[in-house]
Amino acid sequence: MMLLKILFRNAFHNKLRSFLTILGIAVAILAFGLLRTVISSFYAGVEAASTSRLVTRNAISIIFPLPISYTEKIRQVEGVRMVSYGNWFGGIYINEKNFFPNFCVEPRTYLALYPEFVLEEKQKKAFLADRKGAVAGQKLAAKYGWKIGDPITLKGTIYPGNWDFVLRAIYTGRDNTVDETQYFFHWTYFNEEIKKIWPRYAEQVGFYMIGVTRPDIAPDVALNIDKAFKSSLAETLTETEKAFNLGFIAMAEAIVTAIQMVSFVVIFIIMAVVANTMAMTTRERTGDYAIMKTLGFGATDITILIFGEALVVTLTGAAIGIVLTFPVAKAFGQQLSTYFPVFLVSAQTIYMDIAAAFLIAFFAAIIPTRHAIRIRIADGLRRIG
Amino acid sequence: MAAVPLSYSFRNLWKRRLTTILTVSGMALVVFVFSVVLMMAAGLQKTLVETGSPDNVVVVRKAATSEVMSTIDRKSASIVEMLPQVAAGNQGQTMMAKESVVLIALKKKGVEKSSSHSNVTVRGIQAESLPLRPQVKLVAGRMLRAGSSEVIVGNSIAKGFRGVGLQQTLNWGMRTWTVVGIFDAGNTGFSSEIWGDVDQVMQAFRRTIFNSLIFKLKNQDDFDAAKAAIEKDPRLTLEAKHETKYYEDQSEVMAKFLRILGLSLTVIFSIGAIIGAMITMYSAVASRTAEIGTLRALGFRRRNILLAFLTESLLLGFTGGFLGLFFASFMQFISISTVNFQTFSELAFKFTLTPGIILESMIFALAMGLIGGVLPALRASKMKIVDALRTS
Repeated sequence: MMLLKILFRNAFHNKLRSFLTILGIAVAILAFGLLRTVISSFYAGVEAASTSRLVTRNAISIIFPLPISYTEKIRQVEGVRMVSYGNWFGGIYINEKNFFPNFCVEPRTYLALYPEFVLEEKQKKAFLADRKGAVAGQKLAAKYGWKIGDPITLKGTIYPGNWDFVLRAIYTGRDNTVDETQYFFHWTYFNEEIKKIWPRYAEQVGFYMIGVTRPDIAPDVALNIDKAFKSSLAETLTETEKAFNLGFIAMAEAIVTAIQMVSFVVIFIIMAVVANTMAMTTRERTGDYAIMKTLGFGATDITILIFGEALVVTLTGAAIGIVLTFPVAKAFGQQLSTYFPVFLVSAQTIYMDIAAAFLIAFFAAIIPTRHAIRIRIADGLRRIG
Repeated sequence: MAAVPLSYSFRNLWKRRLTTILTVSGMALVVFVFSVVLMMAAGLQKTLVETGSPDNVVVVRKAATSEVMSTIDRKSASIVEMLPQVAAGNQGQTMMAKESVVLIALKKKGVEKSSSHSNVTVRGIQAESLPLRPQVKLVAGRMLRAGSSEVIVGNSIAKGFRGVGLQQTLNWGMRTWTVVGIFDAGNTGFSSEIWGDVDQVMQAFRRTIFNSLIFKLKNQDDFDAAKAAIEKDPRLTLEAKHETKYYEDQSEVMAKFLRILGLSLTVIFSIGAIIGAMITMYSAVASRTAEIGTLRALGFRRRNILLAFLTESLLLGFTGGFLGLFFASFMQFISISTVNFQTFSELAFKFTLTPGIILESMIFALAMGLIGGVLPALRASKMKIVDALRTS
């Protein structure tokens, strides 16, 4: 108890400096937490992916389509429960700045494969009944102020022209890790229109979504599907939804790595600042340490005092930073919902924050402690101020 | 009375080395991050800008944001070829290339564990494609023969991907393609591409339409006339862009993303560094109270004191900025390869240090020093001589 009192007294001895240091730590921990959240939200799509869903695409690359006639053949592969399909549409709403993922799908099977998209029964029926109907996520609908029954026009970037839809349903996520910014519509509508403008591109799909009966047989099912189309004009590549989503992130790996590195740099910066503070306090208190030594306190006691003081300062700052992370992340997530549909502070991030705080305190205290221990009593007492 | 000499500020920093080093290294790290992110954005932009030539024109389908998305049928291509603004080569042929651009998934080197693929651009080229891109030079092997399943690969691709070395083979479109040459296109986007014969590429992918047309202008001022002729023609749904502009547009999203990321990061980081400078300067003032009193008694004015302490903190900022830039400049030897969000294909580029970035980083570093030092310096200058002298 006595020790804690001394530690706090020492830590807040110079109010201005303690305040500045704590402020610096709070800002650094806040920045670190936000950066970790940015990284984890990059992987949000991977986390949310189900292991019992497979994605089949053209083996050459994602931009090449597969014939719709593969549906039946895939259905025949053992272990396949359900097959859905769709195309990436890549339309833009009014102008290029309004980006959101939009694609056409076979709606009945697609919604059955994605139980995490929750639709009201009445809206779902209306969507299935209307060939020009579309479904939007709740966040997306809120962003553009869409209501059920609103007409929406998307301008095609891959498929030319203006495409008209009627919003028939708005889905909500089963929980907060579900992306609520997607937009999808009927593949049949897309196919009919494509027949008119580019008959050669009709009857083709960009990807198949496949539900398997049990998650553990997914890898074998994937191999069997690919085997079925080996040496055909459009060879397939099938992988779990998780691996498929991970593939997209792997492409931007350099960016993710850069953010990761930068998040550690901020810890180094604040380490330097805290080390500086600790160096100053111990320099000012050289006389105190000399007196303590005279009284018979050993190196361990002085070490505990200095490390303890560093811990008090960093943990106070870290606590403030962690508390601030939540409201700031929320505001940040709203601003950047286009880039990061799911932006949540994970428990892991908080653990890393705390670990970082301990690390800062530890390294910041090393050099000052060495100085304080090495100083000779006579020199320490002689020194003034 | 004359100003306090510069050596006074300098010696003070030297006297308290540990503190100075810690403060400076904090600042140097901030400046390092600041300049590296800007260098990344600048490198990306430079690569894409240098990819285009000022007297070349790219024609793509209206509203298509990249060549991959665009489609141009043969009839439209012939109409464009007949334009009077298209330059003629020395054999009288038109200096226009009809090209096909697709993406294929290739495995990157060094990621054995994951099955991660990255999209690489395959460009089907014609004989005219080469003179239109004078930057492209063969560095190994030979040129591909027209009408054969041969490809040449850019050096960034040859370096970063598996199975694309000389004489190695690639499989796509039910065919085997042999790599017969490696080309260097300098610091341009072409270094991240694979080139094959356009007719063979289109056949392999069962395509009958081109993706883009590239032609050289007879003279540079003809662009507006050519653009008008293409975009006003009711038979065509195409648009024409300067090649430089076309590639510059492709860097926009990424460069903006990097800049916003860099700026918001460094603003947050700099708070840490400024606080570091403030702590250092406050304690410098506190431990030198008697000294300040003596200086004042000797006849130095308040503004001299203010200036001396500001100089000290500016020196901190300058050293931090210099060190940060020094280490950042080594990043120029590193080139990174990542996917360009806009075209969805791989692009390699180098970190590029421009005079603008040096200037911005230095201003940024000095500003950090100034902001950190201004309050402590004011406190120093406001001290009363008697009070200051009384403290021992």
